Amino acid sequence: MTDLEQGQSPLPMAAQRRGDRAVDSRVLGMLIFVASETMFFAGLVSGFTIVKSGAMVWPPPGQPRLPIEETAFNTAALLASGVLLFLARRAFSRDRTRCSQLLIAAIGLGAFFVIFQGVEWLQLIHFGLTLTSSTLGSFFYLIVGIHALHAVIAIALMLRIWLRMRRGWLAEGQFAAVAVFWYFVVGLWPILYLRVYL
Amino acid sequence: MAEAVPAGSQDPHGGHGHHEQSFWSKYVFSTDHKMIAMQYMFTGMAMGMIGAFMAYAFRMQLAFPGMEVPLYGLVSPANYNSLVTNHGTIMIFWVAMPVLLAGFGNFLIPLMIGCDDMVFPRINRLSYQIFLLSAIVLLASFFVPGGAFGGAWTAYPPLSSEAQYSLTPMGSSFWVVAVALEFVAFLMGGINFVTTAMNSRAPGMKMYDIPIVVWMIVIASILFMASVGPLIAGAIMLFFDQNLGTAFYDPSRGGDPILWQHLFWFFGHPEVYVVLLPALGVTAEIIPVFARKKFFAYKTVLYTVFATGVLSFTVWAHHQFIAGIDPRMANIFTVTTLLISVPIAEMCFVYIATLWGGSITLSTPMLWALAFVAEFLIGGVTGIFLGASGADIYMHDTYFVLAHFHYTFYPIAIVGTFAGFTFWFPKMFGRMMDDRLGKIHFWGSIIPFNCIFIPLFVLGMAGQHRRIFDFNAYPDLALPWMQHTREFVTIALLVMLAFQLVFFYNVWKSLRKGEKASKNPWKSNTLEWTTESPPGHGNWAELPTVYRGPYEYSVPDREEDYWPQNQPS
Repeated sequence: MTDLEQGQSPLPMAAQRRGDRAVDSRVLGMLIFVASETMFFAGLVSGFTIVKSGAMVWPPPGQPRLPIEETAFNTAALLASGVLLFLARRAFSRDRTRCSQLLIAAIGLGAFFVIFQGVEWLQLIHFGLTLTSSTLGSFFYLIVGIHALHAVIAIALMLRIWLRMRRGWLAEGQFAAVAVFWYFVVGLWPILYLRVYL
Repeated sequence: MAEAVPAGSQDPHGGHGHHEQSFWSKYVFSTDHKMIAMQYMFTGMAMGMIGAFMAYAFRMQLAFPGMEVPLYGLVSPANYNSLVTNHGTIMIFWVAMPVLLAGFGNFLIPLMIGCDDMVFPRINRLSYQIFLLSAIVLLASFFVPGGAFGGAWTAYPPLSSEAQYSLTPMGSSFWVVAVALEFVAFLMGGINFVTTAMNSRAPGMKMYDIPIVVWMIVIASILFMASVGPLIAGAIMLFFDQNLGTAFYDPSRGGDPILWQHLFWFFGHPEVYVVLLPALGVTAEIIPVFARKKFFAYKTVLYTVFATGVLSFTVWAHHQFIAGIDPRMANIFTVTTLLISVPIAEMCFVYIATLWGGSITLSTPMLWALAFVAEFLIGGVTGIFLGASGADIYMHDTYFVLAHFHYTFYPIAIVGTFAGFTFWFPKMFGRMMDDRLGKIHFWGSIIPFNCIFIPLFVLGMAGQHRRIFDFNAYPDLALPWMQHTREFVTIALLVMLAFQLVFFYNVWKSLRKGEKASKNPWKSNTLEWTTESPPGHGNWAELPTVYRGPYEYSVPDREEDYWPQNQPS
């Protein structure tokens, strides 16, 4: 499956003319970006770990307990979305209708994850955990918020992919690149859950 | 080879079909890698002039305290802080990086690996636009209430995070935003560089046929992209501390100010290699051409650079020896810091081995390349003193440190840039530069440079501390010989700045009246010299095929002493 067979490709000639490359340029570019993003989150999480280990009392007094069980359920929803996207990728070359259905289901579960988290945030703010109430609150909203921002952007990209697929404009490489980003958002979350919530 | 084909004698658009471009789409919103390279390079040079003007203003204050500086006016203590802070920030992030990494990277990568453009040309254009925005944000910080940020280019909290200490509430935020935007721009550029070098090479070009400078820029981009994440994380936290009332770096509310130092230097040390490697690569291209000799130990150099890249992530805490880190930890970082001098020393030996027995032509680019090796060596050797934690406790934050890193950054950012610019000028603009004016500019830059920074080593050893506005407030540092040395240094700076006018005159004159450049004026092997000077849209009428490595000079039994990569036999 090359770009040329799909028609419509925004890449210049240089990116298309090589037959011997191992990875599609769009996927390679996204992998490099994701590697850089991994270091970004590593910076956030290690900052949190350092502040947490240096504190006398943890969690800071007067702060609510983080919703561990509800978030475990939400984590499962996000992981399921990743699995659905994987299945959609497998169906892409064989059955476009099925691929489209699986993709919209993955988008739906991803959106559910973000909305569920928004509801959780409202409750936490109600219980007195805010951005400025303690370092726990600062790091919690920073790390989880930036992850949610990534999720929203990834969902928008998947919606765009879904629309392009319905119009028959989608190249394999574009789909693969967006999938890499969503796998990153999904795969990162259990680590954040482990480091921030537990 | 058809030599001496005048520029523009063929259809400059190559095989792409002719289409006229308006001024805006050709020069401003271009997606052509060569035009984006020019945009980066000239923006970087303009920022360099601003940075140099700042150096002029605060050096005048140090040599002649309280004097009305011509063209600037009176330097107040707050102005002084803003000037030194932004001089450092601009020279590293808005001069060294755009010119060496983005400028040369954009210009050279597609031309040297034989393709028509970057893989993601529109991301490339966006990269420059974000970079330009970041430069505007940084310069705008001088005009906001309170003035520009003055807490040193390392922006340690609490000076950077709390307005009651920095007194520049808006300037500090502008600084953080500008730096973060700039990193987003280079992240986009880096993705483009690596993807293009991996996926768009000309047929026949294997990994070990890639010119060293392309390898160096690719590895520098990888180092940048691997190290910048933690700093962006830190910058977001700093921005939150400044504007949203969080306490990430405030120990009185549970935060940790040392956290910023770790996040900053985890990026900051690899950053040295991010700008060093392209400059090393540029000299690695120039030296074999003007020594007419094969580059010595190509593969060894590559492995050395990989090793440097890995090691550069393990040395950052040598900037924090007096920040209260555990002395046992300091010992570990001393060892890794001394270790990293080994691969860099090896590179210097490789360059000397390449020169050994060559037939050397001392043209302007070659002079710059040789000066790079010689001057950087001084910077590297003085770094060994600072890497040892015992000596660093005495030297920390003195002018010895300042002279040391100027001896690394000046060869990188200035000497490396001029070496590459004079070498590729014929390819960029299709005209030769004036060699005599080039040499005058070279000596006029190198001699004053040494006159500036060698005395600063001496002052640093005598205990002169950095970031002091007026040494008359410290009688031990206001001795007559010290003040005379400061005056000498400032006069050397003025001489050096004056000689830069020769460079601008040379560029202006060569662009208008310079001799027309042939395709391959230096008789070089790499692919960029096989197309027109300057290359048209699409670079080649027919994209080249590669048959051999880039450094086959003076091969026995050949009539020509060079052997272009695209020549079948």
